[in-house]
Amino acid sequence: MDPVVKNIALTRPGDPRARSSGKVTAQHRTGALSGLRREETIAGYLFLVPNLIGFLIFSLIPIVATFGLTLTNWNLIGERTFVGLENYRKLVSDGLFWQTARNTVTYTLGAVPIGVFIAFWLALLLNRKMRGVVFFRTIFFLPYVTLTVAIAIVWAWIYHPELGLVNYLLGLVGIDGPRWLQSTTWAMPAIIIMSNWKGIGYAMLIFLAGLQAIPQELQEAATIDGASAFQRLRHITVPLLAPTTFFILVTSFIAAMQAFDQFYVMTQGGPAYATTTLVMYIFQNGFEWFQMGYAATVAVVLFASIFAITALQWRFARSWAYGHEIDR
Amino acid sequence: MMSQRNSGLGNTHRRWLGNGMAWVVLTLLGVFWMVPFLWMVSTSFKGIDEVYAFPPRFFPEVLRWSNYVEAWQAIPFSRFFFNSLFVAGATTIAVVLTSSMAGYSFARLRYPGRDLLFLAYLGTIMIPFPVLIIPLFILMRQLGLVDTLAGLILPAAFTAWGTFLMRQFMLSIPREIEEAARMDGASFWRIYLQIIMPLSRPVVATLGIFTFLGSWNDFLWPLIMISSVENKTLPLGLTMFQAQVPIKTPWQLVMAAATFSVIPVLIVFVLGQKYYVRGIATTGLKG
Repeated sequence: MDPVVKNIALTRPGDPRARSSGKVTAQHRTGALSGLRREETIAGYLFLVPNLIGFLIFSLIPIVATFGLTLTNWNLIGERTFVGLENYRKLVSDGLFWQTARNTVTYTLGAVPIGVFIAFWLALLLNRKMRGVVFFRTIFFLPYVTLTVAIAIVWAWIYHPELGLVNYLLGLVGIDGPRWLQSTTWAMPAIIIMSNWKGIGYAMLIFLAGLQAIPQELQEAATIDGASAFQRLRHITVPLLAPTTFFILVTSFIAAMQAFDQFYVMTQGGPAYATTTLVMYIFQNGFEWFQMGYAATVAVVLFASIFAITALQWRFARSWAYGHEIDR
Repeated sequence: MMSQRNSGLGNTHRRWLGNGMAWVVLTLLGVFWMVPFLWMVSTSFKGIDEVYAFPPRFFPEVLRWSNYVEAWQAIPFSRFFFNSLFVAGATTIAVVLTSSMAGYSFARLRYPGRDLLFLAYLGTIMIPFPVLIIPLFILMRQLGLVDTLAGLILPAAFTAWGTFLMRQFMLSIPREIEEAARMDGASFWRIYLQIIMPLSRPVVATLGIFTFLGSWNDFLWPLIMISSVENKTLPLGLTMFQAQVPIKTPWQLVMAAATFSVIPVLIVFVLGQKYYVRGIATTGLKG
């Protein structure tokens, strides 16, 4: 190492001001920089490497491999054969695939908008200085953190056709309840209700954070000007909350399209595939029927749909979520 | 419905009324919201005849604590508990360690290729896990890790979003402290360990709780990977309970099992609620 560099590196290790300091000559500066840089580069990679190796092996390679797998047929034991786009062709004419896709859409549309709507009102109700607010917030949030499998088992018990709580309560008001999870008509609504109950806490918390970011002066000024509570809600809260709403919608859509646990536990996709979601279809193809290539193809389609929906939502977002910010 | 804080307008009266109404509505809703949990706990204490009684009784005649013992012994729950704790604990430690180191590297050190690598990390954050299960399983099979606990921990130990979370937080730490330490000749490792990490405690807590609960609740990946009973985690064990039983399902035992699988989650959540809530509120992490 150049003695000058060594000297500077020793006296001023890592001091970025050395770079701009007038006392350091240009020659010294470049010398010091390269020495520091090398040290910093080595350190940078050393700190990154544990994560990077895992990231490459368990994220990047599988992502690339998924696409590669769609071009093959493989049952895990026999030969792996290259089939070109055959899997995609099969997908198009696979009635079961389309049914699972429809199920996933039904579930997403049933679980997300209603949940977000309820969560919004809950957040409004909870956004006040009042004793017990944290306690209530915890109550509405608890289902979200508890393990889905346990929750799903509890709800399967609640939906029990003869002994379940739901049909008992329905019976009290004279309604003969359906066989919920065993009915092709009612299994999906039953799971949607349960998922809404479980998931609302998440949206509620984000709405609360969004509400707390709205400047209090705005509300006060509007009140002084004689705006009613409804007018303030309509013209201040809702527009200012639009980016938050948008964010919740995107993340909730993405999560709903990947739903699996509650379906597997409560109905295992039945009856008659009425509640088989796309992720469950990937699971069945891959680990029950051992069609690795085809399962990967469904996975790629799921990925593409999630990607497309997100992109679409971003496009719409420009017009309504951020519109008012651009106006200002 | 809007915020009732009309203070300064002499409206304390209305505000008091508003809060009172909110309290009533929230209490009713809250009780309604808790019904599934209450029903779970209530069933877990019943005798089998009470479970199958119609109309259902809300409160069991006697609290049968023995249901919990029976449920615990019906299948190797202590084993499942240990497996879940081990997997969640090891995953959490690994994630916090690798993410904070990578986050420090991305946030604080300058080197060629850094931004490109970070972009690659960002690009994969959006990719849903179910999309990767097929190639991941094939990979684990080649590594001989199928049906092992290591096979559950490894794929979860290196996360792009954890790295992202750490990096964002560390970017907000003022550089002055660090620069002073560098001038005193501290190594990058010491700066990371003695300056950055202590200052990052809130985000470490957030990431840790998220990872722990996520791992504890994880179902899809263990379902794919684990086949032998002694390697099952708690969620898998619970479904086994459900599938194993004869025609007359002993729901009281199933509910007892569900109850004690929920308890650790409650403890972790109540203890770390502050960090968990903050994590969701600031970054919108989906657990």
